Parts: sequence; structure tokens; C-alpha cells
Amino acid sequence: MKLRNTIEKLMNGLFFLCGMVSIAMVALITIYMIISGLPAIAEIGPLDFFFGTEWASTASDPKYGILPFILASVYGTLGACLIGVPVGLMTAVFLSKIANKKTAGVVRTAVELLSGIPSVVYGLVGAIILVPLIMNLFSLKNGTCLLAAIVVLAVMILPSIISVSETALSAVPKEYEEGSLALGATEMETYFKVSLPAAKSGVAAGIVLGIGRAVGEAMAVMMVAGNVANMPSLFSSVTFLTTAIAKEMSYSSGLQRRALYSIGLVLFLFIMLINTVMGRLLKKGDDDKK
Amino acid sequence: MSSSRRAWNHAVKAIIWVCVVLTVALLVGLIGYIMVRGLPYITVELLTTQRSAINGTIGILPNIIFTIYLILTTLVIALPLGIGGAIYLTEYAKNRRLVRIIEFAAESLSGIPSIIYGLVGMMVFVQGLKFGSGILAGSLTLSIMILPNILRTTQEALKTVPQSYREGSVGLGATKWHTIWTIVLPCTLDGVVGGAILSVGKIVGESAALLYTAGTGYKLVTNYFQALGTSSGSLSVMLYVYYQEYGEVDLAFAIAAILMILVLIINFLAKLAKTKLKKG
Repeated sequence: MKLRNTIEKLMNGLFFLCGMVSIAMVALITIYMIISGLPAIAEIGPLDFFFGTEWASTASDPKYGILPFILASVYGTLGACLIGVPVGLMTAVFLSKIANKKTAGVVRTAVELLSGIPSVVYGLVGAIILVPLIMNLFSLKNGTCLLAAIVVLAVMILPSIISVSETALSAVPKEYEEGSLALGATEMETYFKVSLPAAKSGVAAGIVLGIGRAVGEAMAVMMVAGNVANMPSLFSSVTFLTTAIAKEMSYSSGLQRRALYSIGLVLFLFIMLINTVMGRLLKKGDDDKK
Repeated sequence: MSSSRRAWNHAVKAIIWVCVVLTVALLVGLIGYIMVRGLPYITVELLTTQRSAINGTIGILPNIIFTIYLILTTLVIALPLGIGGAIYLTEYAKNRRLVRIIEFAAESLSGIPSIIYGLVGMMVFVQGLKFGSGILAGSLTLSIMILPNILRTTQEALKTVPQSYREGSVGLGATKWHTIWTIVLPCTLDGVVGGAILSVGKIVGESAALLYTAGTGYKLVTNYFQALGTSSGSLSVMLYVYYQEYGEVDLAFAIAAILMILVLIINFLAKLAKTKLKKG
């Protein structure tokens, strides 16, 4: 009996520790990002760091302005949403309202598979098909540019937007739609003017999840965006926050490396902000249902 | 109904169909293109040799082995932690607030981009703890990444176990731990296996987090314990390295085709686990 009690206490403690691991890891990552990221920002000067338009880390007179990276990440993400959100939303409406069971099953499998494809594979196909296509279409010297990154990211965020929005749309009470149809609204008027507004928190969460994916994607962007630290424009080669870190990490040292940690910190703060917004939206969606 | 409203209805429906067809066509096109470009280059030599200038071979055997090492090591670390954490959350925890904090932490972990994991993994495991680039640093980094997946899938499976099972067991005099071990956990097999399979998919596809933790090595290391501390490129990482740094497009497509086949198998197995292992 005594042994049983000891085992019982031991397991209780063990499981408690396992539960704590997640908290410990978030704390570890946050602390590490802040400790390693802040010094270089102080050294370079916050103004020069955040608003400097030139990044020349290996020049004899090095410049560490990350505004081009921030803007490239923001424009790239917005562009990806501009393409990905409408397509994703339409597909979600189709899956939850229009499709019969069998068709929905097929499309859903396709979406799951899309989300399972590794980002390097997206990058490779983007680099081999999309980049030459853009080059020829717009007669550019080089097709690696912001536009290529936007298209690749749009495809990559599709599954997140579709699956979260579909869940939200399916949770809309059937009575809402039946009421709308009975009042003489057409099917599409019902879905877009009744169902979609009723599911808006969940749909917004799906979009924010997609935004998080796009902001955080590194390898696929690295393979199609050209990785030059230009101020972003649609047809110029650009560097995102993520690719700025990945590109120089292998050979950097000293202040240059510490500046990369600072970029990591900026990216981390962006993501934490996005996560918080998404958490709020999902919670709001749950509250709406009650 | 006015004809313009009816026309709108049809127009919107048509747009929806276009979007759906686009989504499915994207997938079919992607898989088709990768297979056409990659399959011809998957040869026995590719799968059974290593890259060697002396022998004139370009093989990816070491990278296949490294990927398997990464999968096994990561699962060995993350599965107990994730399952244990889920058991704590659903069976033991009494403090609602603590549960919410743990769940929030897990959600935050799953939102952090892989490049950040790579950065922290490099700082902590490779440099801080001096493990060097290798399977160990890579697996530890990946373990943190997949922990929320395993936690969530196990937690969902635990929640589906009827409360009466637990009450019956405890009523017969079993301790809590005995109940969990013999009654509750066996009922969650489908969730745990499903979560593990999806995690394997994530590990196979990961690149940004591994680039600076597991490294990009392609020299054959058959001794597992030696590989723990030796730079070891996984298949996804090598796809990137071969395309971006060596410009070997055909080789990159061969690896992409292998990855796509793995993704298809993993998705199929995850579905199978869901239907076949479901008890009760």
C-alpha cells in the first residue's frame, strides 16, 4: 500500500513536470531572443536599426538598417493574403455549404496534402516554374522577385485559411441560413451575407493564421525572392526578415551576427503579436457560438 | 426573383467553382510536375551510395539515414513529454488557471516560425551546451517544435475516453495511475499514433530549423552515437542545399519526388490510424 502511494505521488510529479515543459520552452525562447537580440539594437541605435533603409553588413563601413526587410515581409504577406484569402474563403464556403459529402472529401484531402508539402518543395517548384514565367511575362532580367514570393506564399497559406474558415462556417447554426432562404434570399446571398458575417471571428482567425505562416516562412521565400536587401517593389529582388537571418547566419560574426539575432527578435515580436490577435479571435468565435 | 439577382447567384457560384478547381488543380499539378521531373532520377545508385568525387557517385543514402535518425530521436524525446503533459492537463491538473497557461504556451509554441527555432536551437544546443551541429541538437530543436502537436492530439484523444471507464476502475480499487496506465491510455492509442505520424510528416518536411542545428553534412556516418554530434543534413535540408548552393536541379527534384511520396504515405497512414485504431 505504501509502495502504491509512493508510485502515485511520483507519477503525479512526473506528469506535472511534463506539463510544465511547454511553459519552460516558451520562457526559454523568449528570454534567449530578448537577451541575444537587444544588445545589437542598442549598439546600432534603434532609429538606425528600425528605420535605416540600407543593409550592408559586410561593407567596410557596415550599415544595419532593417526597414527593407520589415517592409518586404509586410508587403509579401499582404500580397499573399490578397490572392490567398479570396480563393481560400471561396473554397471554405464550397466545402461547408455547397459540396456533397463525396466531393468535399476529395477537396479536403487535397487541402490536407497541400498543407503537408514541405516548404522547400514549394520553393523548388516556384524557382523552376514561376520565376522563369515571371521573367518572360514581364520581360525582366531576373525573375526572382517579391511577386514570385507572394505567389508561392499565397499557395502555402491556402490550407490554413481553408481549414480554419471551414470549421467556423460549419459551426454557423442552420436556422440562420434557413431563415434567410425562407425570406427569399438566394443561396449565395445567404452564404455571403448571413453565414460569413456570423462566422467572422473564426474566418478572421484563419486569415491571421495564414498571415503568421507567411511572415514566418523562410526557405521557400529564400529560393524565389532573390535575397538582395533592396527596398521592396513588386519586381525587385528582396529579402524578408526570415531570409535575412537564414542567409547570413552561416558566415556571420561579431556585430553582424548580433544584428541577425536582433532581426530574429523583431520577427519573434511580430509573431507573438499575431498569435495574441489570433487567440483573441478564436476565443471570440467560441463566445459568439454560446 | 429578379433576373439580375439570379445572375449574381450563378456568377458567384461559378467563381466558387473556379477557386475550388484551382486549389485541387494546384495539388495535382504540383504532384504531377514533381514526379515527372524527379522520378527518372531516383535510381538504385542514388539511394544506396553517398556523394563522392573519387567514386563519381551522387547518392543520398547518408541523408536518408540521417532523416530516420532525426525522426526516431525526436519522437523518443517528444512523445513521452507530450503524452505526459496531456495526461497532466486532462487527468491531474486541478488548477484551471494553470491549465489555461499551459495551453496558451503550447499554442504559442506552435505559432513560432521554424527559423526562430533554428536560431534558438543553434544558440542553446549547438553553441551553449556545446553539442555541435548534429542529430542531437537537431532532434532537441524539433522536439520542442512538435511538442504542441503531440500534446493537442493526445489531449483530444484523452477527452473522448468516457468518464465512466475511470470511475469504474477507481471504484474497483485501482489507483489513479493504474487506471490511466491500464484503462485510459489504451483507449487513446488512435490519437497518439495519429499525432506521432503527423509529427513524422513535420520532421521530414522541416528545413529552416535544421539548417543550423543538425547541419548540412552528407558524409556517411553509420554509428548512431557518432551521428549525434556530426553535421547531418536531412533530405529536406539537402534539397535546399543541392538546389541553392550546388545548382543541381535534377538531384533536387529527385529528393522532392521522394519527399512527396513520403507525404502521401504519411497522410494515408494518419487516416488509417484514425479509422483502424479507434476503440469502442
